[in-house]
Amino acid sequence: MKLTRRNVLGLTAGAAAFAVAGARVTPALASAEDAEKMIMEFTGGATPGEGKVSLNTPEIAENGNTVPVSVSVESAMEGDDLVESVIIFADGNPSPAVATFHFTEMSGEALATTRIRLAKTQNVIAVAKMKDGSVFMDKKQVKVTIGGCGG
Amino acid sequence: MASKPRIKVPKSASAGEVITIKTLISHEMESGQRKDKDGNPIPRKIINKFTCTFEGQTVFECDLDPAISANPYFEFNAKVPASGTFKFTWLDDDGSVYEAEAPIEVK
Repeated sequence: MKLTRRNVLGLTAGAAAFAVAGARVTPALASAEDAEKMIMEFTGGATPGEGKVSLNTPEIAENGNTVPVSVSVESAMEGDDLVESVIIFADGNPSPAVATFHFTEMSGEALATTRIRLAKTQNVIAVAKMKDGSVFMDKKQVKVTIGGCGG
Repeated sequence: MASKPRIKVPKSASAGEVITIKTLISHEMESGQRKDKDGNPIPRKIINKFTCTFEGQTVFECDLDPAISANPYFEFNAKVPASGTFKFTWLDDDGSVYEAEAPIEVK
C-alpha cells in the first residue's frame, strides 16, 4: 500500500475509532487490574501461594452495604512463624483496597472480622504476609443483590 | 461526630489466654464515591486507622479504606499475659481521635 494522503487519513480514522472503543472498555476491567497491581505491590512482586489463609464470606450478600468478612491465617504467632499483615481487596469496587490488618505476637491468633461494602458481585481477596516474607492468598466470590457504594 | 464506642472485652482471663475482643463505633464512613442531590461529590470522611494496645504494646491494628461499612466493626483476638488495660484508638480523616479503654483481670 502506497502512503498516499487518502490512505493515511483512512488509517488515522480507524485508529481513532479503535482508541475510543478501547477507552470505553477499560473502566470495567480497571479495578480487577488495580487489584492485581496492588497485590503485587503488597507482596513485593512475589506470587502468593495457596493455603494457610482462609477467608470467610457469605456466598450471597443481599445488602452490599454491610457484608461480614472474616479472615484467619494458620500460624503459631510466635518467633518466625508470625503473620505480619493481611490485606483485603474487592476487585469489583471503584477502589479495590478494603483494609489492612496488622498483627503482633500479642494478637495470639491471626484472626479478624469486619464488615465491608461491595459495589456488585465480585471476588474478595485476602493476602497474608508472614514474617519470613512468604505470602499466601485466598479468594472468594460474593454475589451481591444490592450494591453498596451509594451509586 | 462519632458517638461513644462500644467494646466487648471479657472481665477476666487466665494468664496467657487468648481472648476475643469486639468493637463497634458509630461513624458514617462517607466513602467519597457518593453524590448529593445536586450531583456534587460528597467529600470522603472515614476513620482511616484503628489501633488496639495492651499496656503500651500493640495488639492489633487496621488501616481502613472507604470500602469498610458505616459503623466500623472489628472482631479480633488478643493474648493476655497479665492484668492490665486495653486501649483502643480510632483516627478520623478530619483529625479527630476517638479513644476507649477496657480493663482485664488475670486470675
